Parts: sequence; structure tokens; C-alpha cells
Amino acid sequence: MSERQLNRRGFIAAGAVALSLGGTVGPARAATPLKVGLLLPLSGSLAREGQSCKRAADVTPALLAELGMPVQLMIADTETNIDTARTRAEKLIAEGAQVLIGAFESAQTLAVAQVCEQRGVPLIINIAAAPNITEQGFKTVFRNFPTAPRLVGEGLSLMKDLFKETGVTPSKAVFMNNNDTFGTAMAGAVGKIFPTLDMPFPIVETISYDGAARDLAVEVGKAKATGADLLILVAHGEDSIKIIREMVKQRFEPKAVVSPGSPGMYEVQFYKTLGKYADYSMTNLPWINPKSKMSQALLAAFAKAYPDALFEMNVGYTFEAVLIAADAAKRAGSTDPKALLDVLPSTNITDHVMIGGAIAFDAKGQNNNTRSATIQNYGGKPRVVLPVEAAEAKPVFPAPGWQQRG
Amino acid sequence: MSIDLINQVITGLLTGLVYSLLALGLSVIFGVVRVVNFAHGEMTALAMYGAWALATYLDLDPLVGMPLIAVVMFVCGYGLQRGLVDSFVSKPEHMQFILMVTLAIIMVNASLLAFGPDAHGIQVSYGFDTYEIGPLLIDKVRLLSAAAALTISLLLMGFFRLTLMGKAIRACADNLVGARVIGLDVKRLYAVTFGIGTACVGAAGALLSLLIDVMPATGPELTLLSFIIVIVGGLGSMTGALLGGMLIGVSEVLAGYFLMPSMKSMFSFAILILVLVLRPQGLLGARR
Repeated sequence: MSERQLNRRGFIAAGAVALSLGGTVGPARAATPLKVGLLLPLSGSLAREGQSCKRAADVTPALLAELGMPVQLMIADTETNIDTARTRAEKLIAEGAQVLIGAFESAQTLAVAQVCEQRGVPLIINIAAAPNITEQGFKTVFRNFPTAPRLVGEGLSLMKDLFKETGVTPSKAVFMNNNDTFGTAMAGAVGKIFPTLDMPFPIVETISYDGAARDLAVEVGKAKATGADLLILVAHGEDSIKIIREMVKQRFEPKAVVSPGSPGMYEVQFYKTLGKYADYSMTNLPWINPKSKMSQALLAAFAKAYPDALFEMNVGYTFEAVLIAADAAKRAGSTDPKALLDVLPSTNITDHVMIGGAIAFDAKGQNNNTRSATIQNYGGKPRVVLPVEAAEAKPVFPAPGWQQRG
Repeated sequence: MSIDLINQVITGLLTGLVYSLLALGLSVIFGVVRVVNFAHGEMTALAMYGAWALATYLDLDPLVGMPLIAVVMFVCGYGLQRGLVDSFVSKPEHMQFILMVTLAIIMVNASLLAFGPDAHGIQVSYGFDTYEIGPLLIDKVRLLSAAAALTISLLLMGFFRLTLMGKAIRACADNLVGARVIGLDVKRLYAVTFGIGTACVGAAGALLSLLIDVMPATGPELTLLSFIIVIVGGLGSMTGALLGGMLIGVSEVLAGYFLMPSMKSMFSFAILILVLVLRPQGLLGARR
């Protein structure tokens, strides 16, 4: 019974999306499917994230077909390796891919961008934050993802929105970061941007730690000793679990644990391992708009295919990247790469799945309308609490103490 | 000294006691059989997977499952010595090295195939509990693990000092020719010693599974840790292993607290180099 209801809802939502896109659902044209080469790190150190993107790719063609935008996905594994990403991009183009999407990580994406530029094939970036990708004058690169400085800037600014919304401001913060490439880059960005934002609290100490350390007791002890009442955390899956576990044991109870844009605290394993202690942690990052009709249609299809997987940012951005390609093919009336390149700069998709304005690109191929949200864990899943217009619930700040959780 | 620091030192001491038990197994095997077990950490990782499996599928607390894991590891160690290692005891050291490293590589890849690359952790009902003694906060899991590790270490020392078999094993370590002359079954005693060493590994693995998550890469990391402890404490010295474990546990905490947390492991290596330069036989090792 429930499955039938889900299908019906999904169908209705997809229909609504089709109408909102301005397309004519009616008798869909028997268009030639656009061949989309999707490059993802399906194995290697970023395999978890790559697999998350792939789950989105698995449900996307059917949804877009219902909207009269047929696509044929050709998925390739970059193995989280720059050289492999480059060779797989060459191979996909040789096999007939008319547009490439990828590649989750900046260095790999840059390698793919160079291939696309040489071959005159559009590259739509699903996820990759390094600013230089869109600063090199590429004519074939279009990025629907915020740059790292924007990500960090919005991540910090949203904290001010949180304090304003709740009427509570912390007095001082401690910053903890994993010392891997991502964590170090984020720490650098925070160090650079924080002083420019007129934040209402100082960062009293920065604690950089080895994410592969056997335990993080001393790191948490050191953070506690600072007396900070806000923990800003840049972690991954495993280390964020270790840190919260130690915080509970050491009774380190800041007003909140907030990430300015790192994974970890909204992942399935975090909830499974920490249970009630996973609640109230916050992450500021681009997120799926729960109120968008298109995201509801995507969620219905996703939940049916992957009932236990998390519906999160990677899913949303990968879907949107394919949507951008399909929309371009529809507007161009052609699947030829040159025709796609002609229409991609004039992209203007107002109804999509991520929080933010219309998907549109500036002269450098960068979408500047992306917007981060604050998600807060509650009851074993993330909920959007800011911005207010997309919020599913009100933010809880300060968070209840560890011993006060039922 | 601030309360926060005292809390951290206690944490380091308790963790160090579990490290001690881990290193004790390596020290016992080397002290008697004279084979350096380069698969020591990998064996520990297998024991941790065993504890995880018992906890996940049979809902057995690692503290309860520990004796079972130790017994299974004893049998495995005994069999490994009799079936494979024994024929390498009298061979050149580089051949022993290659044998044990090969075993280690096989174990890492087998665990990768069986359990995948992800970390496996055990959740116990008291996993987040702490004892509050005045201003001190003592992690319950660490305290129980350390108490168990210390008890096993002391029992093991008692076994080697007070029992007939323990004395016979020590005789083999002290004077192999003499042990053979008086009619001791050296091969069997070697196998028992190897079994005891791997049983220590089993017990330490079960206890460690409460403190850290296990993944295939955990094995080599623990091998390195065991070597640091044993070399710092003194090769073949049981009390040295005990002291070395606590020293490394506390030094990591102090390095993390006063310097940079990401320098914790580097500090252990610094101590190792210092000991090798100033006292190559280790803190409690006998000069040979």
C-alpha cells in the first residue's frame, strides 16, 4: 500500500516539476538521448562520496525522461586518481559522450577540464570547489558548485544568522580541523575569511589533528581546556565520530558543534554510531531544498531505489549537473557538443533541487547563485533550519547537554 | 598541573596499559623463540575483528568474549609455530623476516576481502560512561580495559616466575643447549610460548576493540606501535614492555597537549630514537 502511495506521489511531483519547468509534459518528443559521460571516484579514498553521486545518477535518467529530456549516462570510475580521471575522460569522449560531468574532486576535475577544452566538449562540474578551475579562461567549463572561499564565507556567515535567529551568541570558539588536504585548505580559508566577517566571537585556538589517529582524547581535552563555548569542526566521517564520543566522555559541552562546510556530521554512520549524541550538531553547506517540487520528486525516486541511503548534497548536485546538460540539449534542439556549448551560457533554470537562486552561469562559467544552508541533526537525520525560507524546523541553539538528552 | 591535564595523563596511562599487553606478546615471543613477529599487529587486528564479530552477531561484550578470543588465538599461535615458524627458527634472520612479513600481508588482504576497507567499531552500553571522582573524569571503557590488561600482564609474569612450565620456558630462553641437555621438549615449549604470545595479542585485540575502530590498515599501525614499545622498554623484558606501553601512552598525551596533537606519533618516534641512541638495550633490557 505504502509503495503504491509513494509511486503516485512521485508521479504527481514529477508532473508538477514538468509543468514548473515550463515544458509541455504532453506527448513527449521521441528525442535522441543525450550521451552524458559521468566521471566519479567510485573507488579509492573518495569512494563513499563517489558512490553517493552514483546513486543520484542511477535514478536521474528516468526522472528526466518523464520531463521529456532523455539522457543516456555513461559512468566511469576515476579511482580517485588524477591520471585515471584524464584517461577516462578521453575514453568517454572517444566512445561518443557529448557532454561530461564530474569529477567530485578539484584536481581530477581540472585534469578533465583540460581534456574537454582540447576536445571542444562541455564539462559540467557537479562538485569541485577549487577557485582556479573557473579562473583559467576555459570556454567549455560550467560549474554549478560554490568555490571554496564562498563555501567557507557562507558557512561562517550562517553562524551569524543562527545567533540572530536564536538570540544567543557564544563568547569564544575553538576551531578543530583534520590535517588532510581538505581540512588544511578549509583551515586556511577560515583563517583568511574569519577576520573579514566581523564575527561576534574570537577563535581562541586552532587544533589541527591527524584524522587517522587511534583516538582523539587529548585533542578534545585541549579544546575543552580553552573554555570555548562553540566548537567549529572540519572533520570527515570517522574523526567526527571520535570527537563527539570523546566530548561526551569528557563532558565538553559547548553551545554547539558547527561545521563550516565539511562532511561527516550528517552522514549515516554518524547517526548509527552516536545515536542521541549525534543530535543538534550543525553543518553549514549547500543542501537540497526540501520545499522544492523537483527535490520532492527526486527524493521519491531516490528513497524507492535506496531506502537506506542518505539524500544529501552529493545527490542533489549530481542530479542538477545532469539536469543542466539535458536542459541545454532540449533548448539547443540538438545533442551536438558545439550546439550545447552555444546554449549553456544562457542557462536559467529556476526550478531545481538545491537551495539557492536560478542556475545560471557568469562569463567564467561559474554559477554564483548557489547558497549554503544550515542543517541540524535531529532524530537521526539532518533537517534544514536556515535559511528561514527553506527551513523544515527551527534551530536548537544552545544544544542540550549530553546528559540532558532522553 | 591543571585538572584537564591530569585527566589527560590518566587517559594516557590507561590506554598505555592496554598497549603494554599488546607489546607483551611480542616481547614474550622474541624473548624465548628469538623470532621477531612482524605480523604482530595484523594478528591483533584479526583478534579485533573477532571481538567485533562476537559483539555484532552474538551480542557478546568484548570483555566477556576476551577469554574465548585469547584461547582461539593461543591455538592458532601454537599451530602456526609447530606447522610453519618452527622450521624457520634455526634459519637466517632475513628468512624469518620474509616469512612473518608475508604472513602479515596475507592477513591484511584477507581482512580486506572479508570485512572491506571501512572501519568497524563496537558499541557497548557503557561506551559513553565516565566515573566522576571529584574533579577527575575517568573513562569507564578505558578503566575496565586497562584493569583487564594489567591483570593479564601480572598473571603472565606470575606464570613465568612461579609455574614449572614458565620456568622451563625461561630456561629455554636463558640457555637453549642447557635446556636440551636436561631433556626439555624445546619444540613444544616454543609452541606454547608462541601460543601465549598470540593469546596476549588476542586479549589485547579484544580490549583495543573497545577503544579504537578496526580496519585492515590498523594491523601495520599496531605492529609499529608494538615495536616502539618493546624497543623502548627493552627487547625480551616483560616489565620493560609494561613500562614502555605506559610511557608511550602518557608521552603521546603530553605531546598532544603541550605541542601539537598531530605530532603525537612523531613524539613516540622521537622517544624511540632517543632510547636507541642513549640506551640501545631499552630502559629495562639487559645488555648483551
